[in-house]
Order: sequence, then structure tokens, then C-alpha cells
Amino acid sequence: METKNNNSVPKILVFSTEKISDPAIDLAGLLKLHYPATAYTIDIPCSSAIKPRWILHAFEKGFDGVFIAADGTDCPYGESCSEKTAKIMSDTQKMMKEKGIDPVRLKMAAICSICAEAFVNHVKSLAVNLSKSK
Amino acid sequence: MKKKKIGVYICHCGGNISDYVDVEKVKNSVKDEEIVFLATTTMFACADSAQKEIENDIRDNNLDGLVVASCSPKLHLITFRAVADRAGLNPYNYVHANIREQCSWAHSDDKTGATEKAIQLVKGAIKRVYESEALEQITIPAEKVMAVIGAGIGGMRTALDLSSNDIEVYLIEREFFVGGRVAQLGELYNTEETGKELVTRLYNEVKKRKNITLFTGAEAIEKSGSIGNFEIKVRINPRYIKETCSTESLEKAIEVCPVEVLDEFNYGLNKRKAIYKNYDSEYPQLPTIDMDNCTKCGECEKVCSEIDFSMKEEILPLKVGGIILNTGFNSYEPKKGEFGYDEIENVITLPQFSRLIELQKDNKNFVYNKKKIKNIAYIYCVGSRQANIPDGNKYCSRYCCTSNIHKAILAKKYFPEINNFHFTRGIRTYGKQEVFYDESSKQGDIYLQSYIDHLPEVKQNGNRITVKIIDYLTSNKEMEVDTDLVVLVTGMVPRENKDLVNVFKVPLGRDGFFNEIHMKLRPVETVIDGVYIAGASQAPKNIMETMSSSSSAAAAASAVLSKGELSLEPTLAVVDPDACNWCDKCTEACPFNAFTKVEHQGKQVALVIEANCKGCGMCLPVCPTNAIDLIGYTDNEVESLIDGLMQQDK
Ligand code: SF4
Ligand code: SF4
Repeated sequence: METKNNNSVPKILVFSTEKISDPAIDLAGLLKLHYPATAYTIDIPCSSAIKPRWILHAFEKGFDGVFIAADGTDCPYGESCSEKTAKIMSDTQKMMKEKGIDPVRLKMAAICSICAEAFVNHVKSLAVNLSKSK
Repeated sequence: MKKKKIGVYICHCGGNISDYVDVEKVKNSVKDEEIVFLATTTMFACADSAQKEIENDIRDNNLDGLVVASCSPKLHLITFRAVADRAGLNPYNYVHANIREQCSWAHSDDKTGATEKAIQLVKGAIKRVYESEALEQITIPAEKVMAVIGAGIGGMRTALDLSSNDIEVYLIEREFFVGGRVAQLGELYNTEETGKELVTRLYNEVKKRKNITLFTGAEAIEKSGSIGNFEIKVRINPRYIKETCSTESLEKAIEVCPVEVLDEFNYGLNKRKAIYKNYDSEYPQLPTIDMDNCTKCGECEKVCSEIDFSMKEEILPLKVGGIILNTGFNSYEPKKGEFGYDEIENVITLPQFSRLIELQKDNKNFVYNKKKIKNIAYIYCVGSRQANIPDGNKYCSRYCCTSNIHKAILAKKYFPEINNFHFTRGIRTYGKQEVFYDESSKQGDIYLQSYIDHLPEVKQNGNRITVKIIDYLTSNKEMEVDTDLVVLVTGMVPRENKDLVNVFKVPLGRDGFFNEIHMKLRPVETVIDGVYIAGASQAPKNIMETMSSSSSAAAAASAVLSKGELSLEPTLAVVDPDACNWCDKCTEACPFNAFTKVEHQGKQVALVIEANCKGCGMCLPVCPTNAIDLIGYTDNEVESLIDGLMQQDK
């Protein structure tokens, strides 16, 4: 069951990878590039490892949005990563639709280890979109 | 077994965290949770005394779980795992919460929000530690072999140090000769030795070592695998000359070659042939043929039978435990018109000036472009500290002040009648090099200074070249100097390494140099385990600094590889055989062939071959029956962390 929280600032769960996007998110902090404080990061080894059920679990628990900071072509585990993460993304969006969760609440972008600004921009714009649809 | 007694430590990090996050509030929000045995704040969790206290708490209270909320795990995850370990707690029953980089710093504009987030992050960590399992690191055999990319002075230093530690080395140089930029230098500062002499000394030492194999004209073109067991492919480009060739016939071959091109070794100050060597004592001693310019006219073949145009490139697969990139730097190439470069005659760069002195030092007069040089104007910080240019290089290259002043002293030594005028933006001959500034001032060099808003102007009027400055040192008087030669004191920029960066995926910093994990804590390691960086590939560095970082990269790599085995995170996939129906989807998804089929209670199921599994987790989402978990990232752990992040105060 989906419980939306009442807070006005949308809560976002970020799946980020230890080797590639985590350093970028850390760098954003180091550079004091601000983004909403309601974005929380979970680190995983590779963005192709995210189980759709984890994402659905986040929505069920009340997260308004989920952002996948994907490894893209920088993935240390291989070139198939982008494709595989994209598949997870589309499979999950299908499941979201079935459960009545608006698929736009799940976003993905490749974030390289120095993409601090890109990360901040993605999270900010997801937050804006989520507030609009709230 | 679920944890019952957890210790939670919330770090102030001086004020780095506590200036924005109300750490007391964080503590109070979690201290009453059922499984939290103690919650406390600490000024610096990483300090020795704090570590000792945590250790004692764990031991005295028999804690079975530990959470430290502090800086990025990149810095101190290992520190606190070691604390747990010393206190007899399994290090994997420790969870790190990043409330600095990803909280106090990122949200320093929103203290309430930052505090709220810190509370949720700590709650998440507590939930996760509750689900955590005691794990053992896994040990895998590792190749005691390193690839060192770049055989400049730094790469050779790295190779020698590794070799002394009993590690076999493949030293891979893209050029056909060793020595990199330093081979181009005459007398070096702080020693009387020349660049060539230093290169020769290192090369001779490298050749003596049985466990170093040097490849020249060689490029790494592919990398796969991971720390301890990388496989790389190296392309070896042919020299087109057989090793048995005699010096005399080669000299003849060079003489008869009709092709002449600008000599990059001398930064275009003179010409060389298509078959060439940069200087007599250069190593390896064999010349090479530059195929980009060779017309295959066959003149050289007529006088030297050892020339062989049929030589082909070779691709060599190598197995190595780790890789050290020591690929050096390029000199900044000024833009057309930047301080008159490429527009006004007699405007040259520092590396050209350095070669010019080398080429002319035995002459009576100092001449460039047929013009006798008397007054030399040096313009500093060209290509460095470019606050005025969008996307310009913001850093100070730091070696160029010293290098240039040293060259100005040398120029005056060889040609006493010259006058040196230094147009600076403040001189940075730090440390032991300060003596050169002193010496140059004593020999009568004139120093003028401006700031970024009034950079010197270079103008040409007929035969006259002038440099004008509003000189800060004389209360902003306008000064103009007539010069015969303008030297642009160019800084360092990263080597053009696009292909290499693609092969090794080493992150670059904003400045384009390779990025270390942490300047102070892990200064030669990159986020790619087993790939290290050193020398000027990392940042502008002088020779001494290059040597130190090259040695430290060798030391860091040796510490990991010298045992011939490695301890790795126990992050492995596991299959629940009861849930598995052998649909084979995981085999398809795994890039490392880590699945095999086995019998389990009368049915076929998947089994993970631990030695092959890299812990990427790519197999997790594909399993239709959710039979696969990743150790350390089980459904329980991930989902309870999510629960914790959303857990509201009771
Ligand atoms: S994907 Fe799942 S069910 Fe299919 S073989 Fe692999 S573990 Fe078994
Ligand atoms: S985690 Fe899964 S996909 Fe990745 S290497 Fe191990 S078995 Fe293969």
C-alpha cells in the first residue's frame, strides 16, 4: 500500500554506487552545492544491482521519488551496465504503473565520479517535479 | 542473529558537522530506541582517544553492533571497522553514516533540514546494523606483478621501488624513448645534474633489474578484471629497425633520410629527420622511424640493411595485480595572440626557452630568429591562475616560478650581457628553491608585478617589441620595457591521455589531472581498486615531488600485492537453492561466469562460484524467483535501511 507523506518537501531516495556516483555526491557536499535535505543516499556496488522490489519498498514506505545515480559507461564491472540499469528502470516503471504509482516518480541518470553539479541538478529538478505533482 | 546492544557515536567533526547539524538532537532522537545501548556525541570520532573509548565501550558492554555517524566512509570506514575488530566485534557489524559530505556540508544552507536528515540517516544505519551479519573477508590469490604506465623519471622510480620489493614490473612507455619531459631539460635546479644524466642513471638501473621488462612504443589498450587479477592488452608499435643494427650504418641512414620535420623534442626550434633519435645518449639506443612523416622512399634501406618496413604491431596480453599510472604532463600551449604568442615574433614559451639555452649555451652570443638577444621579458602564470578566462586553468602550476628563475640565472651565466625583466603575479619559489629568487635578485634581475585585472601587454611596433605593466611594486606606476625576446612562463596541463583514461576509467578532477581518493589520507590511490596514480599525472609537480609520489605509489601497491594474495570485501552473490528453479537468467546476466549448475535435493539449481564472483550484483534483479541475495546488501539490510530512513519519531 502506498502511503504518501504529508510533508511539503518531497522525500527522495537515491541509489548510488560506491565507486562511481558516491564520490560525486561527496564532492557536491565538499563544494557546498546545495540540494534538498530530504534526499537520502543508499550505496550499492553497481546500479545494475538494484532490485525493483527495493524501489517499490521505498515508495510503499512513503518516499515521493527515487533517483538512480547510474554508473553509465564508467561502470567498473562492464559495458553492459547502462543497458541493464535501463532495463531495471523500465521493468520497475511497469510495476509502478500496475500499482498505481506514477512512473515519473522514478528517475535515472548516469552520474560519473566527478558529476557533482549534474547530480545536484537532477535531484533538484526531480524535487521540483514531485512537488508539482503532489 | 539480530543485534540487541548497539553503540551509536555521532561526530562533531570539530564544527564541520556540529555547526550545521544539532548533534545533541540527533543523539536524543535515537538514544531511546530499543536496541540502542548507548548513544553519544564525540568531538572527533577518528581521534586516537575517541577510538580507544569506542573500543572500551564495545568491550565493557559487550556491544554487538556499532554505528558511527561522521564523514564520508571513503575516509574512515576502514578506521572504524578496525576499531570494532580490535574490540572483538566483527567489523561487518559496523555501519557508517555519512553526515558530513552528504549532510552537514551539502545542506549548510538548511540547518533544520540537515539535522532532520542526520537523524534519519542514523536511524537507517541502526536498522541496517540490526540486520547485519558477521562476515569474514575473502582472500584471493593476486598476481605479484604491476604494470607501470609511463617511463619518465617517475615511472622508472616507481618500477625500481616495486622491483626492490620483489614485485615484477612491466614498464610501458608510449614514446619510443624513455625519460619523458625531464630528458628535455638541461641543468636541473637544486642539483648540478642535467635532465639527461638523471634519465640515464635511472635507465641504467632499470636495465640491471631482472624483474623489470621495459616496453617502448607501447600503449595499454584494454583492461579487464579487478585488483589482484587484471588483464591488460598492450599494443607494441614497431620501430622498423632491427636491434642488431650497427651505430655507423644507422648514422648513415639518418644522414641520407630526405624528410625533415619540426623537432618536437626541441619544441620546434629546429628540424629532425623521419628516422631519428632525440640525442646521442638517448635510450633505448636504437633510433625509430616516424611513420607519420616517413615517405618510404627507401634511401635509408640502401645504406642500412637492418631497416625493416615489414615489422608489424603486436598485441600482448599481460596479467597484472595492479596498475600505476605515471604519465606526466604537457606544457600549456598558449592560445594564438595570448601575450602575442604565435602573432608577434620572438614570443616563446618556457620549455622552448629552456631548449634554446641548451642549444646555444656554447655559443658566444644568444640569438633567436637571427636577432641578438639582450633584454628578455618573462611573463609569469601563463596557463595557470587564469581567473579571467572561462574554463581557464584555475590552479597555480607552482613549479614554473622556480624553473623560470633558474633558467634566467643560467641564461645570465652563459650570456652575461643579457638583462632579465620578470613580469610576475607574485613569486612562489617556495621551500628550498627560495635561494634562486635571491640569486636572481642579486644578479640584477628586475621584478615587476601585476594582478589579474592588469595583466602585462605585449606589443610590436616595427622591429620593437615592448611589454607594458602597471606595476604594483612601485605604487601602480606604468612601466614599459623594450625586449628582444618574450618568454611566456607556461604552466603544466594534463597529458593528452584520452584513450588511456577510457581504458582505465580513472576519474579526472576539474583541472583534468587524475584524481586521488583523498589528498592526505589516500594520496596515490584512485576509486578504482588496484589502480594508482603518481607524478605529474596527478597535479603539477616538480622532480622532487614526482619522485616522492612515485615512490609512495610503489609502496602503496607493494603493501597490497607483496603477499601474493588479497583480502577482499565479502560482497558475494548467494543463491537460495530452495527458491531457485534453474531458469539460467543469472548466468546470462553475470559478466564474470560466476554461475554453475548443481544438484540440490533432486533439482537443478544455480550456485555461485565464489572465486569468480566480483560482487557487482548484476544478477540480483534478473532472478524471477528472487533467489539471489548479495552479502552485505541483502533484502533485509537494504529494506530495513529504507525503513529507518522513513522512521518517524515515536
Ligand atoms: S535466475 Fe534465479 S531462478 Fe534462475 S537460475 Fe539464477 S538463481 Fe536460479
Ligand atoms: S554478483 Fe552476480 S552478476 Fe556479479 S559477479 Fe557475482 S554472480 Fe556474477
